[in-house]
Amino acid sequence: MPGQAAELVFDEATKRYPGREGAAVDHLSLTVPAGEICVLVGPSGGGKTTALRLVNRLIELTSGDIRIDGTSVKAQNLVQLRRGIGYVIQQVGLFPHMTIEANIGTVPRLYGRPRSWIKTRSAELLELVGLDPSYAKRYPAQLSGGERQRVGLARALAGNPPLMLMDEPFGAIDPIVRTRLQDEFLRLQREVRKTVVFVTHDIDEAIKIGDRLAVIRTGGRLAQYDTPRAILEKPADDFVAEFIGPDRALKALSLHTLAELELGPPADGPTCGLEMTVRDALALLLEKKATVLAVTDEKGAVIGSITREELLA
Amino acid sequence: MKTFVDAFRFMADNPHLLLEKTGEHLELSGAALGIALVLALPLGLWLGHLHRGLFLAAGVSNVGRALPSLVLIAFGLTIFGVGFWNNTAALVVLAIPPILTNAYFAIDTCDRDVVDAARGMGMTGMQVLLRVELPLGLPFVLAGIRVASIFVIATATIAAVAGGGGLGQIIVNQASYGLSGVVAASLCVSVLAFAAAGILTLVRRTASPSHESLT
Repeated sequence: MPGQAAELVFDEATKRYPGREGAAVDHLSLTVPAGEICVLVGPSGGGKTTALRLVNRLIELTSGDIRIDGTSVKAQNLVQLRRGIGYVIQQVGLFPHMTIEANIGTVPRLYGRPRSWIKTRSAELLELVGLDPSYAKRYPAQLSGGERQRVGLARALAGNPPLMLMDEPFGAIDPIVRTRLQDEFLRLQREVRKTVVFVTHDIDEAIKIGDRLAVIRTGGRLAQYDTPRAILEKPADDFVAEFIGPDRALKALSLHTLAELELGPPADGPTCGLEMTVRDALALLLEKKATVLAVTDEKGAVIGSITREELLA
Repeated sequence: MKTFVDAFRFMADNPHLLLEKTGEHLELSGAALGIALVLALPLGLWLGHLHRGLFLAAGVSNVGRALPSLVLIAFGLTIFGVGFWNNTAALVVLAIPPILTNAYFAIDTCDRDVVDAARGMGMTGMQVLLRVELPLGLPFVLAGIRVASIFVIATATIAAVAGGGGLGQIIVNQASYGLSGVVAASLCVSVLAFAAAGILTLVRRTASPSHESLT
């Protein structure tokens, strides 16, 4: 089975549907470095999902090319290609007639892995996505939406693919659970370091998840491709500026955590952890009508402070 | 009431005759169902998998249901002559529509997201059909087979008019067997039909995906 991470290149990738005016994906060119998360973000119906499905050829290219570690997707056997790419969709698509273990074991089973191997692997993966190993023998209908999406993620990781495609994976999940899943996904990604293409129409999610954002405008054209910071600081045009919203300076604050700032000596005030974003710290400050926050380490001990002026600097 | 009592008396007096005719009846029905399954089941499943041929799946059904079996037997006389195969052919035509239509829709209406995930993970078309679509659509497929078997067993009775065997021979021949014989044979047909329906319902229950009983 494959492993590690692969570089993904869109090279003038284009999809046209016969009888429909304009392209669904229009000469899309971008490179996702190995081990990074690239978020395709843009308005609904803009061609993001189409671009994603061109990679595993659930939709075939009209022209241009897509290469994974230098090999064109067109040059590969369709079934082999897909088995080497993790695929996660919004509606999860777990097999309702199979146990969680059998669901997770889908791709290893296609590779002919023995039953005992699959058992061990699915227990590992359940733990990795934060589910108790006792879930192995349950059926999808017995799980909550958030739990199902965790299983969907585990299933996509089971073949140890170098590339993951995720199509609005947290889109159907309530905001509280979604935030938790996003955090855990980022933690997971630090462990497994896959190349990930992630589709969302939620700019906040994109900023949080992505190492790089590809802002796609209607008609499947690339408006801007850069790091979240660069896009927030310097939107390429009016479309991008409008899409990221008038509060982009505020959004940029969520790219930094308190750990990156220089802290003052310990002081009295509402407490917050080092991992809190500057944006959230500012919100806390406003809510508590305070001028200074006490910053704590993982164990909850106050190790410093930060003032309103320092946060806004 | 007296007729029924007489019918049971007829059964007690003629067990060999009834068993023999029941055997013929089953042979005829079984052959027709078997042929219909071989023809219609793979076709329906594959068309459903491709989401193509709705016209065929639905059209065959409508035509099939509109054609009275008796008319087919009459036509069949010109092709197959009198006997077993003529009757079998007519019953096959009767059995195909419910099997084909249900197989088609069982697969065609499978959850698209589940199928999308299966394809996206690298299952071949056949693997998607056999490992995902068929298990999920199985109750509906079996329901079609159940309807077909009831149709066939009940209709096999008319085979007698074209020289076929089976319980119909007693039913259409009141002159020889009397009303009690006719009723006795009719009861046998009913029991066969109910038994077939019952067996297939049982199969359907055991084959139902376990997730249903667990939730």
